[in-house]
Amino acid sequence: MKNFLLKIIKENPVFVLVLGTCPTIATSTSLANAIGMGLSATAVLICSNVVISLLKKAIPDKIRIAAYIVVIASFVTMVEMILKAYAVDIYNSLGLFIPLIVVNCIILGRAEAFASKNSVGASFLDGLSMGIGFTLALSVISIVRELLGNGTLLDFKIFGEAFQPATMFVMAPGGFIVFGIALAAANALMNKGGAK
Amino acid sequence: MGTGIFSVIIGAIFIENVIFSRFLGICPFLGVSKKTDTALGMGMAVTFVMALSSALTYLADAFILKPLNIEYLRTIAFILIIAALVQLVEMAIRKLSPPLYEALGIYLPLITTNCAVLGAALLNIQNGYDLFMSIVYGASVALGFTVAIFLFAGVRERLDNADIPSFMKGTPIALVSAGLIAMAFLGFSGLKI
Repeated sequence: MKNFLLKIIKENPVFVLVLGTCPTIATSTSLANAIGMGLSATAVLICSNVVISLLKKAIPDKIRIAAYIVVIASFVTMVEMILKAYAVDIYNSLGLFIPLIVVNCIILGRAEAFASKNSVGASFLDGLSMGIGFTLALSVISIVRELLGNGTLLDFKIFGEAFQPATMFVMAPGGFIVFGIALAAANALMNKGGAK
Repeated sequence: MGTGIFSVIIGAIFIENVIFSRFLGICPFLGVSKKTDTALGMGMAVTFVMALSSALTYLADAFILKPLNIEYLRTIAFILIIAALVQLVEMAIRKLSPPLYEALGIYLPLITTNCAVLGAALLNIQNGYDLFMSIVYGASVALGFTVAIFLFAGVRERLDNADIPSFMKGTPIALVSAGLIAMAFLGFSGLKI
């Protein structure tokens, strides 16, 4: 259990491994979007990790990447259909980025680096911890962006009427800058921890 | 039609730049933007693949997926087409033009996971472009990518000589400077064509 929690922080896919930057910046405009994206990616990560781990003996080495992509793309399609049926708001606001979960390097990266070598149970836990790490990182960035850029959190007004939101933060530049600063903060914290 | 093409091209390159306003293809954007010449090489490789993949995915969608009513398989079909195409292009270039392969070789496999390629293919369908417009759009998106990565590589070459606090070194400072360039690109969003 301790290992599991440590993995969420120490091997955080966004802040430490710096994978999946495109969805991180694109979908962190509001907390609701970030959670929607995080949970969708987590679901795909867990399912594809489990299936790839089950099939690891059956998949020939030479075409393994293509095989992984097919597995991942099938789960992404399922998630897309489920969101369309039960959560249209999230589906509309994430838009193009749901099918693009296929090319999220976190998922393919874990399939190649972890699920293809480890047992089903371990792969399940790996998918879960990576997914939670991704969701957490997205949430942190989106909280900053939504608060500063819109003055709200999950659509509740936090700062009252007088607050003048800095719209820049929900637009493209804010995404890059907040992500950059968050990464720098994570670096600074990690180095401090590592130096001990 | 003439103005239509023009506005699609300018729109895709500047106003809705893949990197700075659509957030696609940021992984290679951060990965291969350390030197201007490698950045240019990556841009060329992406442009080539993207124009081809736009055409192929359009054809696959119009002649295979739609008649069979299996549009929900679009994501799977497109990513496989792109992966196969990248592999083929790599083999073809290696056989036909070794110098070009030397120049582009290492970037080609990376393109499969460039979400801008899949993104452009899906946007073509969403926007309802025909075959010709799809190719034009794919190529313009890729040119936008090239412009962005080339500009950014220029900035990063200067960053190497700057005195940066250690926790900001590498990706963090790169992201912040990308944010500043994105701010400049926001200026284009006022353009109405």
